[in-house]
Amino acid sequence: MKVIQKNRLALSGNEAVAYAVKQAKVDVTAVYPITPSTAVSEKISEYVAKGELDGELLLVESEHSALSACIGAAAVGARVFTVTCSQGLLLMHEILYIASALRVPVVMAVANRSISAPLNIWCDHSDAMDQRDTNWIMIFVLSVQEVYDRMIQAFRIAEDFRVRLPIMVNYDGFTLSHTYSPVDVLSDEEVSPFLPRREPPFKLDPKNPITLGAVGNPDYYMEAKVQASKALTDSLLVIDEVDKEFEKKFGRSYGIYRKFMMEDAEIAIVGMGSAMGTAKEAVRRLRKEGKKVGALILNIYRPFAYEMLAKELKDLKALGVMERALSPGGVSSPLMSDLLSTLYLNSINIPTMNFIAGLGGRDITIDDFRKMFSELELLEKGKSKRPYLTYVGLRSEEREMVL
Amino acid sequence: MKRLLWRVDEMAKMPNMEDMPIGFVISKAGSTCKIKTASWRTFKPIIDYNKCTDCSWCWVYCPEPAIEVRTDFKKGKYVINYDYCKGCGICAEECPIKAITMVKEEI
Repeated sequence: MKVIQKNRLALSGNEAVAYAVKQAKVDVTAVYPITPSTAVSEKISEYVAKGELDGELLLVESEHSALSACIGAAAVGARVFTVTCSQGLLLMHEILYIASALRVPVVMAVANRSISAPLNIWCDHSDAMDQRDTNWIMIFVLSVQEVYDRMIQAFRIAEDFRVRLPIMVNYDGFTLSHTYSPVDVLSDEEVSPFLPRREPPFKLDPKNPITLGAVGNPDYYMEAKVQASKALTDSLLVIDEVDKEFEKKFGRSYGIYRKFMMEDAEIAIVGMGSAMGTAKEAVRRLRKEGKKVGALILNIYRPFAYEMLAKELKDLKALGVMERALSPGGVSSPLMSDLLSTLYLNSINIPTMNFIAGLGGRDITIDDFRKMFSELELLEKGKSKRPYLTYVGLRSEEREMVL
Repeated sequence: MKRLLWRVDEMAKMPNMEDMPIGFVISKAGSTCKIKTASWRTFKPIIDYNKCTDCSWCWVYCPEPAIEVRTDFKKGKYVINYDYCKGCGICAEECPIKAITMVKEEI
């Protein structure tokens, strides 16, 4: 890895997103601010007012309109951006499907926050998990540095002719959105050639009229939907390619997923988001105690890299999945469902456990991860008394769990 | 059975998803003109040109608009395009001299 002297700034997650938007020279930003992502729109508003960003900032009447405005602007060939979370993302829900089906490269940052009721502004992944079937590329990040880098990459991936799909960059509300950390930012001269302006394959233009968003009757609808879905599956290649080019040019990369002490691990926990930073620390400490544990941090949730993941997980003796979202009445949490399908399809039969933690911003501590690992250890030996679906940090369960 | 076979035949002529433009874009304008949209009409407006004074009110009120203006007319200036007229009856209602009558559609 090349070490390049970089400009280092202290940025919060929100500011890192806004900084990336400024450097990407976004033409149209349409926002309806919502906690904890508000600071992004404030910062962009500041950039536009100071003339640092030559773009249009649209303040619309709802999130539904924010994304609709982005789709319209993207359809005429503009580079667009919006930011939201929680209830705002839910209000956008129906437009999310339209953005992906019309194949417009919208980039959206989501500062993950729980869903009402009870009213709660803190972090979990319920809002993003609700959107998992909307045909968007979904990226989850672990640090403020990563959210900045992924934002830069996102514009490149979305606008790639092989992809042409909207992207959601998920960063944990408050944990990342409001935490200041040192961020190595790129210079404007570096970003510009990485994000070249290209004539889109189609655009709304009165001189060359086309129809976008026509009716798709039963004789066409299925073809249109499967075409978009296939493009999402195939985009994994482009995501990886852009990440590799980013590493070559700027010395940082994240991959589809990251392995932490997985080489000879017998027990591992898979998860997404900033809590996996805590998981890494727990693994580090358990390794010092001689336990063969590891962590796998999934960065790209959609498209789901099931083939690659199967290879990583096949030699484990016990697998845990930590997730900050519920699937009420279902078999397991969303990520766990995907992983279980992956294991079954590849005839991998290992004991698994689904840990639900950190809902509505409840802390996930190093001790919590130690508990998860010790439960998995018991599970491997066939001695675990916990149910398959275990809630970490839930008071009634907390009182029963062993450490 | 006949209907099902018809569908299979028609579907066979349509493109695969790989051959369809991305985003389901229709790149040529005017494709809607090929679609006739009057099949659900129950009552058909008939203009009596012996009464019609070419006042243009039917043309003004038609929401479709399915009333066309002719420049080289002998019989009447305003003619109804039955490919798009849905039979809403607004023209008959608004015609100031009641020159338009709604007649039940014969199948």
